[in-house]
Amino acid sequence: MAKKVDEIKWHELNIGGVIDEPGNAREYLTGDWRSQRPVWNESRCIKCGICWMVCPDMAIYQKADGYFVANYDYSKGCGICAKECPTGAITMVEEGR
Amino acid sequence: MTGRRGMEVSLAVAEAARLCRVEVVAAYPITPQTHIVEHLSELVANGDLDANFITVESEHSALSACVGAAAAGARTFTSSSSQGLELMHEVLFIASGLRLPIVLVGANRALSAPLNIWNDHSDVMATRDTGWIMLFCTNGQEAIDTVIMAYRIAEDRRVLIPVMVNIDGFTLTHVVEPVEFPAQDAVDAFLPPYNPAYTLHPDKPVTMGAYGIPEIYTECKFAQEVAMNKSKDVVIEIMDAFGRHFGRSYKPVETYLTEDAEIVFVALGAINETIMTAIDELRSDGKKAGLINLRLYRPFPAEELLVALEGKKRVAIVERVMPGGAVNSPLYHEITSLAYRSGIGVLIKNYVIALGGRDALQSDFHNIFRDIQAAGMTDTRIQKGLNFAMIGVRE
Repeated sequence: MAKKVDEIKWHELNIGGVIDEPGNAREYLTGDWRSQRPVWNESRCIKCGICWMVCPDMAIYQKADGYFVANYDYSKGCGICAKECPTGAITMVEEGR
Repeated sequence: MTGRRGMEVSLAVAEAARLCRVEVVAAYPITPQTHIVEHLSELVANGDLDANFITVESEHSALSACVGAAAAGARTFTSSSSQGLELMHEVLFIASGLRLPIVLVGANRALSAPLNIWNDHSDVMATRDTGWIMLFCTNGQEAIDTVIMAYRIAEDRRVLIPVMVNIDGFTLTHVVEPVEFPAQDAVDAFLPPYNPAYTLHPDKPVTMGAYGIPEIYTECKFAQEVAMNKSKDVVIEIMDAFGRHFGRSYKPVETYLTEDAEIVFVALGAINETIMTAIDELRSDGKKAGLINLRLYRPFPAEELLVALEGKKRVAIVERVMPGGAVNSPLYHEITSLAYRSGIGVLIKNYVIALGGRDALQSDFHNIFRDIQAAGMTDTRIQKGLNFAMIGVRE
């Protein structure tokens, strides 16, 4: 089922809607649920990785320079990273601003 | 175990599950299903059945455990009744949506309130659109045979839909009947081991019960509906195969003396035996009565019913469930819809009878015969107030 989810016909589905290809949740971009986005202030970031660890959607990754950034295709803007950041380096900013 | 013997139908159902070599049983006892579960527990404890018996704290958990076991590839059995079946309700949809071939024996019983442990069809009718194949039995032998057929139907790759085998509480579950068990090797030849399409196994991980977002939910439910619709042909094929294999034939729609019948009864379950006895009495008085016994209720055998109804003038739909605010009881709606759309000008009346264990007597069917014989087409027009006849209510 290499097709996109909105192209699959009913008769192309596996019995019972079984998913036998791992990782296809990646195709589902949950970023559009977001009303606030996490924004990092790198001058306050100590690269501890707590934000990366606590993100329930694994939507935060570490850049080559060691700082962290969210993948906005998947970040739902839940704000856990901002809440847990020990140095207050992450701010939740209203979308559209 | 071959040869005819007297046995309580509940025990016979448990023995049928043993003959099917069920691998997982998860069930919670409830009257009048209790003896089925007790006997299976006994069979497992005594080493007569090599299965896991999962003791659970509720029917919701019982069916949930069955869903897990079936997903892991086990042949799975459960049984319930009344409030227990309703407590399973949400999981019924999950089992059918995941296309897991669980077999559930429903010991049909009334629903509270008022609290009532006796027989009617309130419980099964409340679950009729949960995506399960539904079969009804009129006697103990049918109950045994239907459990065996149910696994073959459910597990067929063209089907993969759970099957509910309905037997009437007390009038079947607690009655000792002469029954005949097929030999184990004959059952093994008829029912090969379950070969699942997908299983939960770490060697080949799959996801079952994934999130169905709006972009795919419609396709999933449509595929399920098509499978349900197509399963009817497989049910017929397997009923035929059963007849060839064991010498007892079944049809989704069974008829009794309908050919020349002026008045035909339609009903589900063990009440049909009483109706057949009443028909014999009516016939001895020269009254031409017949019966359509629906063995298969889901998928609804519309074409087969139409054949059985062909040329009939008066049809009495006899049901053991209240309409619950609908104009009529469920089967009446389905059959009148069928007749209307097929242009059959047949007079169809709706009789509700035998709720909560009230006996349906032969004389009741004599009365129904008289009532429908005297009825005209205008009598079935929608009227203000109730649109069905309640048999036996004190007024």
